[in-house]
Amino acid sequence: MLFVGTPFELNRVLLIRLLAVAVIIAILWIGSSRLKVIPTRAQAAWEFVFDFVRRGVVIETLGEKDGRRFMPILVTIFFATLAMNLTGIIPGLQIASTGLIGQAIIMAIVAYVTFIYAGIRKHGVGRFFKNSLILPGVPAPIMPVIAVLEGLSTFIIRPVTLTLRLTMNMVAGHMLLVLCFLATDFFFFTVLADGNLLGLLGAGTLAFGIAFTVLELFVAALQAYIFTILTAIYIQMALADEH
Amino acid sequence: MLVGHLAPLAFGLAVIGSAIGVGLVVGKTIESVARQPELAGRLQTLMWIGIALTEALCFIAIGVAFIPFP
Repeated sequence: MLFVGTPFELNRVLLIRLLAVAVIIAILWIGSSRLKVIPTRAQAAWEFVFDFVRRGVVIETLGEKDGRRFMPILVTIFFATLAMNLTGIIPGLQIASTGLIGQAIIMAIVAYVTFIYAGIRKHGVGRFFKNSLILPGVPAPIMPVIAVLEGLSTFIIRPVTLTLRLTMNMVAGHMLLVLCFLATDFFFFTVLADGNLLGLLGAGTLAFGIAFTVLELFVAALQAYIFTILTAIYIQMALADEH
Repeated sequence: MLVGHLAPLAFGLAVIGSAIGVGLVVGKTIESVARQPELAGRLQTLMWIGIALTEALCFIAIGVAFIPFP
């Protein structure tokens, strides 16, 4: 804990967040300052990730024209989420900074404001809400029920699930790793140190811990991808004329 | 006597449903992509929407634990 008692109190997770932001800024800065036509190996890797986000996520969902408009915010969301998820498996940091709900709430609010802004900018307030609440082809008697359900699903459940999906995945992953490594510690240094051969089970939990670390690497990338593609899909649904 | 929370158990029950749902959505998408590979991009978008809606149920189940029932 730093600056205890002041409004700028920092705990471990906040420090890790700042570190992740610093690292991602440094990587992007250095990466973009020395671009060459014939890429070096690092630049090729960097361009591969960027190209994946650009083409595979944004342009694929939003199309060329709208994709370009919303490219900055989506790429920012992707890299911020990825960097902060990855701190969960870096030895010495070992906690995903998206694992506290505040970070996920902020990013979900950004996504929420973006897709509502996109819809209102394109259609105007009235038509945007009409488009998103009233589905074509619904019989008139059950229209109010459907409108309420659609409103609930679009304006409340979407940001809440964006937040919870990210946070809960990171928390669950962290708990898995904690369980595996604590069990390893217990088996090796308490049970085996007493001369009980049951402590050799620690080898198994250690192996599982390492396997789950690799799984967490995959989950971190997957969650960043899902967060970005869902934001892109929500923007695309807000921009769509009728659905 | 057994003492503990019922919430994790209830969450586990809720997850069964949405796990089956996600499995169906992804499985059907894979089937359709195998039939018509040229539609892969569009189908994938629809798949993410379907997964997001199905998964929402299990996140609501998490949320219910935080609602202060009187």
